[in-house]
Amino acid sequence: MTKFEYAPAPESRAIVDIKPSYGLFIDGDFVDGHGKSFKTISPSTEEVLAEIAEADDADVDLAVKAARRAYTRVWSKMSGAERGKYLFRIARIIQERAREFAVLESIDNGKPIKETRDVDVPIVAAHFFYYAGWADKLSYAGYGPDPQPLGVAGQVIPWNFPLLMLAWKIAPALACGNTVVLKPAETTPLTALLFAEVCQQADLPPGVVNIVTGAGETGRAIVSHPGVDKVAFTGSTDVGRAIAKAVAGSNKRVTLELGGKAANIVFDDAPVDQAVEGIVNGIFFNQGHVCCAGSRLLVQESVAEEVLAKLKRRMKTLRVGDPLDKNTDVGAINSAEQLAKIRELSEIGEAEGAERWSPKCDLPQNGFWFPPTIFTGVSQAHRIAREEIFGPVLSVLTFRTPKEAVEKANNTPFGLSAGIWTDKGSRILWMASQLRAGVVWSNTFNKFDPASPFGGYKESGYGREGGRHGLEAYLR
Amino acid sequence: MASSVSEATSSDAALRRFLHGLPGVDQVGAEQRAAGLGTRSIKTTAKAWAIDLAIRMVDLTTLEGNDTPGKVRALANKAMHPDPLDPTCPSTAAVCVYPDMVATAKKTLGSSGVKVAAVATAFPSGRAAMPVKLADTRDAVAAGADEIDMVIDRGAFLSGRYLEVFEEIVAVKEACGDAHLKVILETGELQTLDSVRRASWLAMMAGGHFIKTSTGKIQPAATLPVSLVMLEAVRDFREATGQMVGYKPAGGIRHSKDAIKYLVMVNEVAGEDWLDPDWFRFGASTLLNDLLMQRNKLKTGAYSGPDYVTLD
Repeated sequence: MTKFEYAPAPESRAIVDIKPSYGLFIDGDFVDGHGKSFKTISPSTEEVLAEIAEADDADVDLAVKAARRAYTRVWSKMSGAERGKYLFRIARIIQERAREFAVLESIDNGKPIKETRDVDVPIVAAHFFYYAGWADKLSYAGYGPDPQPLGVAGQVIPWNFPLLMLAWKIAPALACGNTVVLKPAETTPLTALLFAEVCQQADLPPGVVNIVTGAGETGRAIVSHPGVDKVAFTGSTDVGRAIAKAVAGSNKRVTLELGGKAANIVFDDAPVDQAVEGIVNGIFFNQGHVCCAGSRLLVQESVAEEVLAKLKRRMKTLRVGDPLDKNTDVGAINSAEQLAKIRELSEIGEAEGAERWSPKCDLPQNGFWFPPTIFTGVSQAHRIAREEIFGPVLSVLTFRTPKEAVEKANNTPFGLSAGIWTDKGSRILWMASQLRAGVVWSNTFNKFDPASPFGGYKESGYGREGGRHGLEAYLR
Repeated sequence: MASSVSEATSSDAALRRFLHGLPGVDQVGAEQRAAGLGTRSIKTTAKAWAIDLAIRMVDLTTLEGNDTPGKVRALANKAMHPDPLDPTCPSTAAVCVYPDMVATAKKTLGSSGVKVAAVATAFPSGRAAMPVKLADTRDAVAAGADEIDMVIDRGAFLSGRYLEVFEEIVAVKEACGDAHLKVILETGELQTLDSVRRASWLAMMAGGHFIKTSTGKIQPAATLPVSLVMLEAVRDFREATGQMVGYKPAGGIRHSKDAIKYLVMVNEVAGEDWLDPDWFRFGASTLLNDLLMQRNKLKTGAYSGPDYVTLD
């Protein structure tokens, strides 16, 4: 029995109106698909939320054709200033309906309301605002005096940040004059479908944004459709590789944002309490379902014991449970499949001899749950130090010198992000120049801003999203 | 640690090495953590519990040039019975006054259990000769003060004369006798969170029973980021020495909502052992009335108004 028990503080679900079934959003209207349907569930309770149409090849074809029509007849001819107005309007509507988006995202994805409310949805709106501003300034973006859009963009996004990844894809594409066919992940389609309603509300011309739901087959249909000029994908490295093969030899442009195994590097002169916060934020934010998660902690041997003691104490205060409770820090794992993968890799970690630790926490009976977990005594040779777990599981390694830290951090096929914790500014700059990672955070972690480019080295993909750099992928 | 305290305080250089060897504080990160804790949603039963606890933690304060015995008697009565119509309403921890008002407060409070705290050592600036500060302290203790709230010499601290500050606190503590000593760092003048951490350790090593943010006469007074650093300090000090030191934010905490944010921070940063009037106080005056109004709101379901709580 703790002294200060926080009473339940649930966010009301009343604001969202989940329909029993959803069709596809093609050419400005919701239409029935030709294919089967699938169910989307709430990962925290396993409650079925809605029946979702699964787009087949014919549906994807319709969507691509609608996008093409909208591109040639309306969107590519419209002035940048006019396109910008639509994007500003979308951004404002998202702000107005922020609570609705936050609650729906939390229900469908399993992530805490605190996070959808304070992180996901505000950054989504910020992204639309940011790229709305570029729409009439593309001639000054550094890509030539009169850069042109590519045409129809086929976009496939993951389930970890459903609405945010949608914004990262759609906002720059539209700002540059492209039209899109977007497929949300099969476990998290609801906020994309709500976004389709926002497009209607904003009077966006039909066909500029098309949302087709489905799983891998639908994604393949989009990627391999001959009418698609550009493929943008965020997700696993395996699928990314398959996409790269599928579009090889075609004229399609591709950007891929794939997995990661980021090193979060803590030096002995780090601001230790903030470093502990950064470690927690790096791996337990969004249940660790973050491609740039700081899943490998590299801590200098001289402070390893102190940092670990503080980390464990901090982890004991993490509140795991109902995603809609405003005090929940860690929500549900997104799917049974992902939970099985996290469990499997954690068992491998134990079998390989790493020491596993989790704070005591009561996990709910229903739904998919995994406690915040750290593995100590991990070496570079362990699978949990090499493979992306994509869950709330941290592998702790140690190092002795800055050089060793760099070597270990870079010793991975991935290269998406890295974190550096030290009070020494010169070391931050030196480390940042040595690390082969697309994003390097110093004395912070998991900070996202629409003005800042994001993307990876090596198997973490290619191309950049966000900022002025993010325009390049949608212009020629 | 006891031996390392004496080692660290053996010379100015040694003390400087020790204090500057404490881990740094990243201001951006500390502010972010403080803001994050501020989003905790404390409702219904948790809120009722927190409000009653907060009332029990208030050092009801009047530190004005125009204080009179009448004003102090009124305040002392309010401290004993914050809500005269509700006997279940707890009394506050203490009243906090200038030394010349201690006797009046003491007499009114009698054996109620509400303590008398006195600000001493040339409060609020601390700009007086050492014998004057000690005389100020002894005078308050002789008048019956249970607790002394001293101010450190911020000038000495900022110019790096750490040992001087240390010795000053040690001397005041000795002058306190049995009275408890709260050490005011005046964090608004120290400015950086690194300085706040160092001053906190300095005050704890010198034997302060409590570390306190502010006099209330300087802006900013208590803030959540400063509290985060000071709560980390008392937590780490106990880990290092086994000794528990209390914490008192003072100045600028006016609303129940703010008070609850502090309690959440105490709970999650220092730990629940500090959720007790022996180890945590609010230095406040107007806060109490807002706590009372919120308490009534929870009981009756309706907001009252300023006329339904007593004037101080």
